[in-house]
Amino acid sequence: MIGAAALRRSSPGRFIAPAVGFAAIAGAFALGEVLVQIGVIDRYIVPPPSEVIASFYRIVAEERVFTRFLYTAGECLIAGVLLTLFGIAGGVLMHRFKLLQQAIETWVAALAAAPLVLMYPLFLVIFGRSMWTMVIMGFVSGLPPVILKTIEGIAATREVLINVGRSFKLSASQQFWKILFPAALPTIFVGVRLGLIFALINIVGTEFLINFGGLGHLIADLAERYDLAGTYAAICFVILVSILFFIALEKAERWLRPAD
Amino acid sequence: MTGSPTKAGDAILTVDDIVVRYDTPEGPITAVDNVSFKVRPGEFLSVIGPSGCGKSTLFNVIGGLLSHHAGIVSVAGETISGPHQSIGMVFQEESTFPWRTVIDNVAFPLELVGMKRGKRAERARHFIKLVGLEGFENRYPGELSGGMRQRVSLARTLASEPKILLMDEPFAALDEQTRLLLGDKVLQIQQQLKQTTLLITHNITEAVQMSDRILVMTYRPGKTKRIVDIDLPRPRTSEIVTSDAFGHYVAQIWSDLREEASRGMKDEEAHVLHHDVPAS
Repeated sequence: MIGAAALRRSSPGRFIAPAVGFAAIAGAFALGEVLVQIGVIDRYIVPPPSEVIASFYRIVAEERVFTRFLYTAGECLIAGVLLTLFGIAGGVLMHRFKLLQQAIETWVAALAAAPLVLMYPLFLVIFGRSMWTMVIMGFVSGLPPVILKTIEGIAATREVLINVGRSFKLSASQQFWKILFPAALPTIFVGVRLGLIFALINIVGTEFLINFGGLGHLIADLAERYDLAGTYAAICFVILVSILFFIALEKAERWLRPAD
Repeated sequence: MTGSPTKAGDAILTVDDIVVRYDTPEGPITAVDNVSFKVRPGEFLSVIGPSGCGKSTLFNVIGGLLSHHAGIVSVAGETISGPHQSIGMVFQEESTFPWRTVIDNVAFPLELVGMKRGKRAERARHFIKLVGLEGFENRYPGELSGGMRQRVSLARTLASEPKILLMDEPFAALDEQTRLLLGDKVLQIQQQLKQTTLLITHNITEAVQMSDRILVMTYRPGKTKRIVDIDLPRPRTSEIVTSDAFGHYVAQIWSDLREEASRGMKDEEAHVLHHDVPAS
């Protein structure tokens, strides 16, 4: 018996969607190029895509884009570890103590929707122009979804699985580690993925605003020099990093949850 | 053909005068009312009744998952108040752990008692073979059919080597043919292990196919209506469903149940009318 997923994997049709995606991007570039070349779009506001593509080599060779990428990635990694640890612990505590959950869940949900990047002056005063300003910005902005998804995942554990645990006389600690936590893990992972994406956005944004650090700093530098093609190339690089980051998280999720 | 009483001394499971009441917005409801019976070692007893007769409530009381009840449940003379290692439960809903492979699901109770990895894998393989799932040890439940997943749940419960196997409509979600074949498998295992088994069901065929005795319950409040001895030869298989004797037992139990099921249906209709629930 061949499953539907296996059929999908073996089908040549699986290449069509990515091909259409790439064709759409290439089409948008071509359209942009034509509009700039015929003067519909001012080339002093938006450079021609051909110049942006040509600038890629320059930002790699002259602007140390990979070193800056590693700097930003390091900040994301530290923020990611912190928000995973504190977010899951916070969610578990809020699920365990209902009063705590009732008291602050709404505030956490409100924080998830707030433009937390506006808090950067506060952290700039506390941590100065250092990587910790970005790390804490990433941590604060990524924390709410991890907390909320942890609560949601644990609360959604099927009653029958809890009853299986009870029938085997599991202690409260065993019930958590052997049933509640693994049952909630898929939902928790969604929260961690959202948290890491929020952290990346806010870290690059803060680097841009305080003119310090990795990729955000590079974009701010290039913009101040009015190197438009370089600025857009750096922005494209950040978007590329975001895409790769998203794909890597999806792969990690599949590796950690082989049952799905 | 009314069932024989079991002597107090030779029962492994005694259910004595169980009463369960619930408070509802419409007032208190008695779900189970003075239900008493005993199960002998190695016996297969089924509890049958229409929907709403309190079968699943009784399952939860005997399994120790429901504490607010009157009456006593005892295993080999020891009164129990909560889940007990001598009672292994198989649930109606799909209850395998989706994040564990088949072998890790079955090894779960062995892991809890601290059995070494190699030894528990060996024991788990034994029970996987017993339920006919060899070759699927490293599959995840999501890759299996509903019937296979229920067999994993059964193997997991059997791996804890309970004195009493307590099952709540374990095949309710399966089609009739799979249900009959799994019934064969359960019978075979029960005979092989001489496993004392208490099956909660609403399926007459399933109950007659497998049981030594059947306790018929009334519709709400759930009381014992009759206990029927099933005097069919063993070992049995699903082929027995074509025999005259089998048909006779089914007819007899259906005549008991029909009145209760009709009462349940009328009660539900009255409830819908009273609450002005729109017909779906």
